[in-house]
Amino acid sequence: MNFVAIKMLVGDRAKYLGILIGLTFSSFLITEQMAIFTGLMTRTFGFITDTSIADVWVMDPKVQFVDDIKPMQDTQLYRIRGVDGVEWAVPLYKGLLKAKLESGTFQTVNMIGLDDATLIGGPSKMIQGKLEDLRQSEGVIVDIVGATGKLAKPPLSPGGERIPINIGDTLEINDHRATVVGTCVVTRTFQSQPVVYTTYSRATIFAPRERKLLSFILVKAKQNEDIHALTRRIRKVTGLAAYSRDEFKQLTVNYFMKYTGIPVNFGIAVLLGFVVGIAIAGQTFYNFTLDNLRHFGTLKAMGTTNAKLLGMIILQAMIVGGIGYGIGVGAATLFGYMVKGTELAFRLPWQILAITGLAMAFICILSAVISIRKVMKLEPAIVFKT
Amino acid sequence: MVTTEKGKQPCDKVIDYSSVAVYCSGITKTYGSGHEVVHALNGISLEIYPGELMMLVGPSGCGKTTLISIMAGILDQDDGECLVFGHNYRQMREVEKTRYRGDTIGFVFQAYNLIPTLTAAENVAVPLLIRGMKRKEAIEKARETLNNVGLADRAKALPADLSGGQQQRVAIARSLVHDPKLIVCDEPTSALDHETGYKVMELLGFVAVCSGRSLVIVTHDARIFSFADRIARMDDGKIIGVANSPDKLTKK
Repeated sequence: MNFVAIKMLVGDRAKYLGILIGLTFSSFLITEQMAIFTGLMTRTFGFITDTSIADVWVMDPKVQFVDDIKPMQDTQLYRIRGVDGVEWAVPLYKGLLKAKLESGTFQTVNMIGLDDATLIGGPSKMIQGKLEDLRQSEGVIVDIVGATGKLAKPPLSPGGERIPINIGDTLEINDHRATVVGTCVVTRTFQSQPVVYTTYSRATIFAPRERKLLSFILVKAKQNEDIHALTRRIRKVTGLAAYSRDEFKQLTVNYFMKYTGIPVNFGIAVLLGFVVGIAIAGQTFYNFTLDNLRHFGTLKAMGTTNAKLLGMIILQAMIVGGIGYGIGVGAATLFGYMVKGTELAFRLPWQILAITGLAMAFICILSAVISIRKVMKLEPAIVFKT
Repeated sequence: MVTTEKGKQPCDKVIDYSSVAVYCSGITKTYGSGHEVVHALNGISLEIYPGELMMLVGPSGCGKTTLISIMAGILDQDDGECLVFGHNYRQMREVEKTRYRGDTIGFVFQAYNLIPTLTAAENVAVPLLIRGMKRKEAIEKARETLNNVGLADRAKALPADLSGGQQQRVAIARSLVHDPKLIVCDEPTSALDHETGYKVMELLGFVAVCSGRSLVIVTHDARIFSFADRIARMDDGKIIGVANSPDKLTKK
């Protein structure tokens, strides 16, 4: 009877397409919105991801997320180095500074100052130049997206394409000259500002004069040292906040989840997708069943048990659900592929596919249950009514 | 196998009066309640024999369709007894009743009730699929049955591409394909013109009844009364008379 169920479903083209379009749209919207949300949340801790060499991040206890800089005194570095279990500890400057471009306009950049001696915390993938080139006078390394985008030079002729900044080009940062010595790849951040790497000492020169300038201390634990025990020890000894890499990522995500409207906005969009799925696909599926009630009645009269009819309706729901889910997720994946490398954040882990699958299953089961009730209650004597 | 193709002779029709196909006694059925109550059947008693073509006739609302619905096991009577080949529906669980229907009864409807998205052969195969036969085998048997009703060349056509008469022949093939012992028909010719209706009745008379099947036909159509072995006239929920058609009867 599965064959009959399938032919009944696909034979009614208009309704079949209506159900599919509803489920596809729903599946696409849910997947795409959750993927953008996940992409955005991933960007919030992009800098922590890039600085993967550090086991522990140490900072002022009031810091709420990675871009919430509350500088510490430089002397804190020496206290951290004195804590048991610390292999090494290096300073890191992070701050938003204004760069004056060749065109005379200003662009905010995310300045990262690395330990002068070790350059720990630098970008893992260089495109031009070497990380060590930062030791050249006035040297800075610019992320490639910033170099080709917001920091690019004006076009040679009006309406032409902007010219990416390159090795040897200069920027003016807080009245200080900076020379580009390399370009690199970084994980995009939530702020979407160009990232400019330099040494810690030079970053403190670029930065406006302040009493405290040390943003973070990056710590490497000794071999076999328990990271959580180390973070607890650092907190106890220094009174500073210390987080493992994953804890710091979670702290950052939690801040954005709690104090921004982002989750609510995306939640509404996902809910909309869900409601559209139920409203269009559910309603159309129900109508499809109503339209076929006479045929279900005929099948019942001819000896089809309620269990078999139930199986037929569930099969029909599963088919439209499976196809709608597949097309919707496929379209969302294609969308993600198309926006790859653009400003739009998009990340599609398997969990999102699973959640969308569950949502689709729920919509289909709900539609089927409403329809099944009608068919189960159906008196086969309906077949003799004209 | 019996055929209606030109030149072939119909089978010898035999009615077996030694047993009873359908036995109804004191059947009552009411719809609604209170002041709205409608007495559809008021103590109907009737016997139908194996191989017999029985027609139920009477004005609209007299209870004909209610009676065949009870005989077919798709409606429960309020009171009385209805046995089909010795089986009492009231003693069966719902699922047993459904399966028994699938094995024993064939249906022909006024509006054909073909599934519009299935081809003629697929529609005919449905009773076999319900009984669990493999699809390929069921379609093969459906084609054979379509051949017996003269529609071999329309096996792949959808119902919408068939004329009313052809659709009813497909419905007849569907009612026969699983070799049921009882066929119930509700106004099988009322949507057809005289000539087509006559051909459909010829088909039902020859094909359906020849193998010892019993046939119960509800109809208003006086043009087809001549096909009946007996005609039960109904009015106001009662049988007011049963007339024989002696020229068609051959006692066993």
